[in-house]
Amino acid sequence: MNLDSLTHTSGEWLRGSGPESDIVISSRIRLARNLAAFPFTNRASNGQKAEIEALLRERVAKLELEPKLSYLSIPALSSLDRQLLVERQLISRELAAADGPRGVALTPQETISLMVNEEDHLRLQVMRSGYSLEEAWQEIDRVDDLLEQRITYAFSEEFGYLTACPTNVGTGMRASVMLHLPALEYTKQIEKVFRALQKINLAVRGLYGEGSRASGHFYQISNQITLGKSEANILNEIQSVIPQIITYERQARLSWLRDNRQGLQDKIARAYGTLCSATMMTSEETMDLLSAVRLGINLHLIEEITIPTVNELFIYTQPAHLQKLRGTSLDGEERNAARASYLRQRLREAGAHPN
Amino acid sequence: MKCQKCHNAATLHITEILGEDQIEELHLCEACAHNHLYEPQQKSTGIKAAPSGHGEEIDEAGLLNRQCEVCGLKFVDFRNTGRLGCPHDYQEFHDELTPLLENIHGETRHCGKTPRRLPHSKQTQSELIQLRKQLLQAVNKEAYEEAARIRDRIRQLEES
Repeated sequence: MNLDSLTHTSGEWLRGSGPESDIVISSRIRLARNLAAFPFTNRASNGQKAEIEALLRERVAKLELEPKLSYLSIPALSSLDRQLLVERQLISRELAAADGPRGVALTPQETISLMVNEEDHLRLQVMRSGYSLEEAWQEIDRVDDLLEQRITYAFSEEFGYLTACPTNVGTGMRASVMLHLPALEYTKQIEKVFRALQKINLAVRGLYGEGSRASGHFYQISNQITLGKSEANILNEIQSVIPQIITYERQARLSWLRDNRQGLQDKIARAYGTLCSATMMTSEETMDLLSAVRLGINLHLIEEITIPTVNELFIYTQPAHLQKLRGTSLDGEERNAARASYLRQRLREAGAHPN
Repeated sequence: MKCQKCHNAATLHITEILGEDQIEELHLCEACAHNHLYEPQQKSTGIKAAPSGHGEEIDEAGLLNRQCEVCGLKFVDFRNTGRLGCPHDYQEFHDELTPLLENIHGETRHCGKTPRRLPHSKQTQSELIQLRKQLLQAVNKEAYEEAARIRDRIRQLEES
């Protein structure tokens, strides 16, 4: 697999389509699995990690999946390529930064990614654009079944799938939905939503998972509990609250529009104007401005560009993508200039040929 | 931005919801964030939840130094890192982990997907654990031929 080809598309989770895609960016499920006969990754020697990698790589290659997964060895990748995979959410920051033999198997559409020797021996992930948890579950359950025919997973009847961290034991499942909630944030209702979610044991995280800041008003909502509930139950719990949050966000958008249309219009126009003309732009500011433009498109307040284009800009203005596009490594200041120039060029093109 | 707990660059930004209208923002480096995320929960459960009374300190020292015979993990290692060393640890530290799991998940028994092959591989699982012990013993006494034989058997079971 040639990683440079990734810089021509925005990947599955930013495709900008699928159910409720004005608010739901993507749906994602991951399963944590370990081999029964090896110590967990954190206590495995490099020799054992190499054995685990070889074994999983061979089994994964034999999977009856179409299209086939391609395997990438992480130590063989440049740090820029590793960062690129992190930005596309195909690997975790932990896997990018870890030591020893490790890797990831991917489908070309980036819907499936299997991380090898992350915190657990195997981390399966399935991603879908829009609100499609059910579909993501069907797919990951199928891949897990196929793998299980060839691998003896560490499993106990009492504790379920055994994982390195007790917070994942049981189903080993983390199901998450990424939402764009600018209006709930602006109207300060978001904290109320978070508190309600916390009470039912759902976690809220930023764009890049655990510990990351919620930039661009993107939030990931996921289950915290993995033991004592079936996969279907866990999914039901998430699915019982997401439509409500979507409704709240839509209501907040409409009342914002009703109460202060001019103010909102001005905010969006200024964001668009800045993106079209600034000469230095940080990643953080880009996210916030693109978030406002994305909201503007969904409310039909701006017609110059489309959601897929905005989604592309979200990903291409990330540091590794930007450097890939420029074909050279850039320091912070140079990146800010390159980011601004890239945005100006893309928005000029989009404005000249509105879809 | 600098880490709030040391002078390294802050790479993780945590927004904690403490309760009604209370939100705490933390900007930490990788190491401090790890400590922040995993230490409090282990302190409040596990060890401290052990029965109190006579000889508590000795019990605690004994527990902390107890070691899994398969992977060599001591309980104190788990307390420091929040990570277990091998699947057998769930058996080895069963009684210590149970209250911790209860605390995290509110439940202590799995109720979900089961590997389809489990019924005939249950035997295999305990055999694998036995074999792993033997493998470690063989390696420790530098009996490499025996170790290789055991490893082949493990592979065979793994693949069956």
